[in-house]
Amino acid sequence: MMVTALLAEEVSALTNFLQYTFLGLQKGAVYATIALALVIIFRVSGILNFAQGEMATFSTFITWAIWGDGRVPIWAALALSLVVSFALGASIERLVIRPVSKKAAGNPLPIVIATIGLYLAFSALAPAIWGTDAKRFPTLFGEGSLSLAGASISYQTLGTLAVLAVVVGLLFVLFQKTKIGLAMRGVASNAESASLVGVSVGSVLMLGWALSSAMGCMAGALTANVGLNGALMIAPLIYAFAAATLGGFDSPAGAVVGGLIVGLVAEYSADYLAEVPFTTITFIGEQLRIFPAFLLILVVLLVRPQGLFGKPQVTRV
Amino acid sequence: MLWVENLTGGYGPVQVVQGLSFEVAAGEVVVILGANGSGKTTTLRTISGMIHGRGTVTFDGTSLLGKRPDQIVRMGIAHVPQGRGTITDLTVEENLRLGAYVRADREVEEDIEQWCAVFPRLGERRDQPAGSMSGGEQQMLAIARALMSKPKLLLLDEPSLGLAPLVTREVFEKLESINRETGAAVLVVEQNAGLALGISSRGYVLETGQIVAQGSSEELSTDEAVRQAYLGY
Amino acid sequence: MTAAAAPSELPDTSSEVPTRPNRKALMIKTVLCVVGAVVLIQMPLLMDRSTTQRLTQVLAIAVAVLGLNLLTGFNGQISVGHSAFMGIGAYATAIMMARHESPFILTMMVAMVVAFAVGVVVGLPALRIRGVYLALVTLALAAMFPQLVVRFSGLTGGSTGITLEDTQQVTTPQPVNDLFKSLTGSRLLDNQYRYYLALVVAVVCFVLVRNLVKSRVGRALIAIRDNETPAEVLGVNVGAYKVATFGVSAMLAAIGGSLFVMNADQAVPSEFGIQVSIELLTAVVVGGVATFVGPAVGALALVYVSDLFPKEHPEYAPVLFGLTLIVLMIISPGGIVGLAKQGWARLVRSRSA
Ligand SMILES: Nc1ncnc2c1ncn2[C@@H]1O[C@H](COP(=O)(O)OP(=O)(O)O)[C@@H](O)[C@H]1O
Ligand SMILES: [Mg+2]
Repeated sequence: MMVTALLAEEVSALTNFLQYTFLGLQKGAVYATIALALVIIFRVSGILNFAQGEMATFSTFITWAIWGDGRVPIWAALALSLVVSFALGASIERLVIRPVSKKAAGNPLPIVIATIGLYLAFSALAPAIWGTDAKRFPTLFGEGSLSLAGASISYQTLGTLAVLAVVVGLLFVLFQKTKIGLAMRGVASNAESASLVGVSVGSVLMLGWALSSAMGCMAGALTANVGLNGALMIAPLIYAFAAATLGGFDSPAGAVVGGLIVGLVAEYSADYLAEVPFTTITFIGEQLRIFPAFLLILVVLLVRPQGLFGKPQVTRV
Repeated sequence: MLWVENLTGGYGPVQVVQGLSFEVAAGEVVVILGANGSGKTTTLRTISGMIHGRGTVTFDGTSLLGKRPDQIVRMGIAHVPQGRGTITDLTVEENLRLGAYVRADREVEEDIEQWCAVFPRLGERRDQPAGSMSGGEQQMLAIARALMSKPKLLLLDEPSLGLAPLVTREVFEKLESINRETGAAVLVVEQNAGLALGISSRGYVLETGQIVAQGSSEELSTDEAVRQAYLGY
Repeated sequence: MTAAAAPSELPDTSSEVPTRPNRKALMIKTVLCVVGAVVLIQMPLLMDRSTTQRLTQVLAIAVAVLGLNLLTGFNGQISVGHSAFMGIGAYATAIMMARHESPFILTMMVAMVVAFAVGVVVGLPALRIRGVYLALVTLALAAMFPQLVVRFSGLTGGSTGITLEDTQQVTTPQPVNDLFKSLTGSRLLDNQYRYYLALVVAVVCFVLVRNLVKSRVGRALIAIRDNETPAEVLGVNVGAYKVATFGVSAMLAAIGGSLFVMNADQAVPSEFGIQVSIELLTAVVVGGVATFVGPAVGALALVYVSDLFPKEHPEYAPVLFGLTLIVLMIISPGGIVGLAKQGWARLVRSRSA
């Protein structure tokens, strides 16, 4: 009797652990995608895009509008929306960021404010057009799940991780195997030298923003099944920011690892530290789950100020 | 081929270059001598579109002023900047490949092989980050990278800066043979007059943004003032 | 005009337009100052109650923005956590006034001490962590603050916050009222008194910050912003300056928070979230980075910007605000003060020509 009870307890502990791990990985994959988007823009231009999350929310509304409650298959809607988001990102670089950077002459603050302007505009635009009520959004990979050691792993979790893998794979091919990818890395390392060999720095920056915007669109579609409203990306952006910081703002690999770590730490701490002060108040929102993650990041930064995978001597702001 | 007349340019309100006129003919090696701060770098940066200038700058009859650096590279001008400007995070080979960014032909790989043969140390270190190489090696890489764009004109900003005399000599020897073999014209700005005058056919002397002397390289190397100021004897 | 001063030289005030002290310019400046002072003093006597309250709010925010400008504008450290320091000031005042009936000025002093201490602690990582990485530390603070308030609801009143009862609020003290009456013949209303109180505090803060920035210490701060390594070579203790600036900046934000509660009679956690940090940063730049008038102008713009947009579609107001910010940054990265300075330089040139 006793033995089986103990055994059952152990099994359920393992089950719980797996369950938390799957959840943490799923969320972490979304954070990683947004963190990658942040890192791409930061690497090519040294700009921290505060509007990344709100742009993603807006893109998700576009996906939702095209989908039209099933009028168009969701994957087709998403594909179209990715194209729209890509173009949107490119236009933002061309119409907003470039003129501001040109005028700012090396001072980062005006650009920060311009991205805050974008943040404000996009955060209000979608609710203004489509209303503030939460919208129904389909689960991209369906509702089913597999069972593993008593824990269930949903198709959505598997799909989200698969999407992250595909995004990482595509970026790898882009950066390592293509000419424009090489140019992007060149601009990231030394924009002036890159322009002296004939790289159009402007086009590279446009491409960076376009890619980031499309990645935000993808991340939004992966999370919006919980209910789409204007606040969709507020918390994920903070997590993604934390993830990019942890991994190193100039490292795409760091963004992915950072995203997964942040997702896991936030999930474990929410579930395991439920009795510890600060974490008992999950009802006021997602943000507090990040407290342990923030602490972890602070410790990491104190040891490695450039993040886990970043290059030392970061002077950009 | 390159025709510069009454060029002015600088940073914001500061006029550094004050009405320069000079020219470089096809296939020619021309040197501009000048002390620190005389405006050599500014002159080259104006030509390659990094900063705005006023006056006339034409290349094969087309005006360069107002064009972006990448457009100017496409016209056949490659600029090796002061401090070499190798992209330190990329490998040697990637730097070379990026040098061919403006080309659409299929001979890029062959050209990489070719320049690795001309500069054997680049070949040995193909897969290492450019930042791990010595100053002389990076200078060679910067030159090879510029040549990867198959330029008609090569702009060189103080290639001798920070290099040991022996290495400098090697760089200039390579430049001379490159000019001979590819036919690319070379405009080199230098403080190190001895070697630069050795490989050039003509030269100009720049002081505080103005040309104060010009002539054939032989004339300049025998000129009393030039000798004192730039050759040190 | 912008914060990007040439690193090679140490400008004593990087922000001032280098026009020579020209007599006409000096005269116009003096006239402007006098007019400004008169307007500031007369304002509450001419305006209705709600306008006066709003102006007091502007003063409170201006002090917080002044603090952030010291840190970001003059010392080059970006903080997205100043809402938390403002919140610390707000809650110190609200808790002490509501629970212990402490006099307002005392609560403000406590707020200053607490915020300075927290600011130094938050600034400590700045010794090692820079740029976006440091921004995350401050962002974490901003994200945590409202949650901490709710967590300690016994002390803070939780998400409904603390509201000051009538008897706990700041009112015109009798002697002040008597004096005012003997001078003008009318009573000094509470909201007017609060305005003047905030005005005095704000003016003191502005003068102190101005003196600080114009001193040797200020030049060190600017040198650190423009290039840390040479500053170190010049014998500036970069670390100590950065941490201390963080503390002072936090202290100013807390004063702003105290004044805010004094004016609003309540403290609610949702008013001190990340959004507010972003607004403060916006106000710094919209006003004019690394200028002295900038924070006041930025705070004014922040409080009144919503009035500029059409009332029929309030849901589009943030969109317009966002676009306005972008357009302003394209026209004038130096903010409104930068814009005014461009106009001013043109005026002086045409006058003296
Ligand atoms: N980015 C810059 N901003 C302002 N002035 C500069 C800048 N770069 C160079 N100068 C000034 O322009 C002058 C010429 O510089 P440069 O062209 O670099 O000379 P050289 O290459 O001959 O040494 C110098 O007086 C220098 O101080
Ligand atoms: Mg030079």
